[in-house]
Amino acid sequence: MTAADERVAESSQRDDGRSRNVGALLERFALLGAWGVVIVVFGILRPDTFLTSSNFSTIFGSQAVLVVLTLALLAPLTAGDYDLSVAATMGLAAMTLALLNVNHGWPLAAAIAAALAVGVVVGVINGAIVVFAEIDSLIATLGTSTFISGVILWMSDSQTISGVSNTLIDAVVANRLFGIPLAFYYGIALGLVMFYVFEYMPLGRRLLFVGRGRSVARLTGIRVSRLRWAAFVASGAISAFAGVLYVGTLGSADPTSALSFLLPAFAAAFLGATTIMPGRFNPLGSIAAVYFLVTGITGLQLLGVQTFVQQLFYGGALVLAVALSQFARRRDAASAGAA
Amino acid sequence: MTDAAAPRVEIRGLSKSFGGTRALRGVDLTVLPGEVHGLLGENGSGKSTLIKVLAGFHDPDAGELRVDGEPVPLPLAPGQFRKLGMSFVHQDLGLVESLTVLENLRVAELAVPSSRLRISWRRERARARETFERYGLRLDPTATVAALKPVERALLAIVRALEEIRAVGRGHGLLVLDEPTVFLPREGVDRLFSLVRSAAAAGASILFVSHDLDEVREITDRVTVLRDGAVVSTVGTADTSETAFVEMIIGRQLAALTEPVHADLSARKLAVSVRGLSGATVRDVSFDIHAGEILGLAGLIGSGFEEVPYLLYGARPARAGRLEVDGDAFDLTGMTPTRANQARLALIPADRKTDGSVATLPVGENVALSVLDRYFNGVALQRRRMAQETRTLLDSFDVRPSDPTLPYGALSGGNQQKALLAKWFQTSPRLLLLDEPTQGVDVGARAQIFELLRAAAAEHGMEIVCASSDYEQLALLCDRVIVFGRGRIWRELSGDEITKERIIEQSYAAMAADVEGVVA
Repeated sequence: MTAADERVAESSQRDDGRSRNVGALLERFALLGAWGVVIVVFGILRPDTFLTSSNFSTIFGSQAVLVVLTLALLAPLTAGDYDLSVAATMGLAAMTLALLNVNHGWPLAAAIAAALAVGVVVGVINGAIVVFAEIDSLIATLGTSTFISGVILWMSDSQTISGVSNTLIDAVVANRLFGIPLAFYYGIALGLVMFYVFEYMPLGRRLLFVGRGRSVARLTGIRVSRLRWAAFVASGAISAFAGVLYVGTLGSADPTSALSFLLPAFAAAFLGATTIMPGRFNPLGSIAAVYFLVTGITGLQLLGVQTFVQQLFYGGALVLAVALSQFARRRDAASAGAA
Repeated sequence: MTDAAAPRVEIRGLSKSFGGTRALRGVDLTVLPGEVHGLLGENGSGKSTLIKVLAGFHDPDAGELRVDGEPVPLPLAPGQFRKLGMSFVHQDLGLVESLTVLENLRVAELAVPSSRLRISWRRERARARETFERYGLRLDPTATVAALKPVERALLAIVRALEEIRAVGRGHGLLVLDEPTVFLPREGVDRLFSLVRSAAAAGASILFVSHDLDEVREITDRVTVLRDGAVVSTVGTADTSETAFVEMIIGRQLAALTEPVHADLSARKLAVSVRGLSGATVRDVSFDIHAGEILGLAGLIGSGFEEVPYLLYGARPARAGRLEVDGDAFDLTGMTPTRANQARLALIPADRKTDGSVATLPVGENVALSVLDRYFNGVALQRRRMAQETRTLLDSFDVRPSDPTLPYGALSGGNQQKALLAKWFQTSPRLLLLDEPTQGVDVGARAQIFELLRAAAAEHGMEIVCASSDYEQLALLCDRVIVFGRGRIWRELSGDEITKERIIEQSYAAMAADVEGVVA
């Protein structure tokens, strides 16, 4: 029996409880419902192009990078910190991998390991600045993000590095399982691992309290600084993994395009917090949010709408998602104060 | 048609339900002109719902309202209360700290699209001084509110409310004071009460909402007691004894409250010793606690007693000090909450909202946070077992409702505090540190909390330190009380010496003695 079932079972004892839980259930799956509606609408409007397996294969496969980058945000967001450097870290890891593999002839495995290590180093630095120098995470990571962008341009000499080993491309997009590129499954697997950590390990609960009530967590004996730092390291490492997938998707690394993933990742993380487990940043909700956003954009593009729709969509979704989650919290606070 | 003899506000048969909960059931309330009327009741008795109906925040299901004898249709529109000559001062006062006294005083006027384009600040300052003079206050209109003392802020908020009533020009109106004294020291309460009295003498009606029985008895003429959303009775304050009030509030007799036991435990072995503790205020303080003893720490705010629990727990940095618990010694300069936790110390802080709990997360998650590792079998959290055991725990601490999935903030103050006791008692602490354990807690829950603490000390030999400026609480709960003055221990009270009056007397004596010491 899941937590949701338990809630429903309890509520049958009380009239008002039942309506509360029906509402909660609707809220949990509203985004999935909206996704279904979007698919049906575009399916009716463009049955020939939208409702094809190749289209869905593209939607699921091409956006694995965004899924992983969104997941990278969840650890610091849950711990109450912003990490604006995830996209830059992804770019740095991608460039490191490409340079080492192509220009320096490193074997692929070693180059990937180096790229991931770079992500960890960025996370360690971010965490140290935020936790020990006590600088607001928004400002600190805005700074490191810009700094890293400079480093990428410097090390790549502003050039796109192509010719990365085909093994990587095979492992990421060329090889498919059930018609969908492997990258999709990497994102899902990572999401499940994070879901498990957030929901079924004490670490996840502690991280939640660190984010929601830092003082409460500290006075309960939780090592708050250590956990916040660890969240930044996790975010750096996962961003670097997104960078590896990015190189595998493109077969190359360019110095600037990674930055355009930052806003969609935040939009998906906040939109994800309105679903599955409303009010909490959660991995499965985030994955659903990414695919909801991407489906909408793909559909609009198939209708022939201009490419600027992407920015309108992501920007609008971010603001709307934050607004929705704030409404939910205010409503909870109001009902909590009614007694 | 305004009748001079008509009640200022008359409420008849007011009812309001939230879902299945009946917050108000047929409540009658009559507030006379020039009267200070108390509204007493436990948390959740319906006090705040009643006020929110008057403020137009809740729509009642049934009921009639008359103001100065005239019927007013319910529900009230938001803000309509102003036109009816009502004004509200809530616990948070509604002042903007970064703005000046003058700007706060005139905020309602300044917010209205004014006929005057330009504000003459000089004239406004003069008017404000004149206003303060009329109320016998000395406040600098140009000072920022952040620079005011808590009591001056409260007085400013009340003056602003009275002025708003005056501006409506509908007689003397009704001033609703919703728990205005919670953050005030005793001398501040006195100043606030004298302002309230002079306003009432001038003809204003005051509805004084509080759960501090002593204050209600001191300031009000009549009192209406609510319980479970219904009026128990409306009585004259002077004709009603304290015990009669308590029984009306909680609906049963309470023997334990009136017969405090002060066990003499000096013969028992020492379980805890504190040596040379220095913090921000306290200097070189040493004391011992006997096995199973409840030790009270008292004094005036600022005398240092209030920081001792936090220093012992490592929540605030100690400059020096050594703690010994059952033979384990700790250097307090290197103490952290994590270490304190491992040593099975527990701290229940005064500020439940920011330090004790996360209001938006479920009760169960808040409570289980202290023992997460117990439910982790190396692979996964056993969430079902955790939910079941937490529910049983909440039941045994009489947390109502005992539903672990409710947000913590949905519980009343008393139930929140009982849930926090449950959170820490399941760690079987060796030393329990409390700061103001019954702040914002109603009478019934307060008695239950005392019983829980006494049982823990007597039956499980738990040592308890309780810092509090609620002297009555210390008198009822503690086996021994240490009174602080200027960061040092001034007196130790035990046995029959532990009375509310004696603790107050010694707290003030401690300060007076220190002042003399400084002069000499």
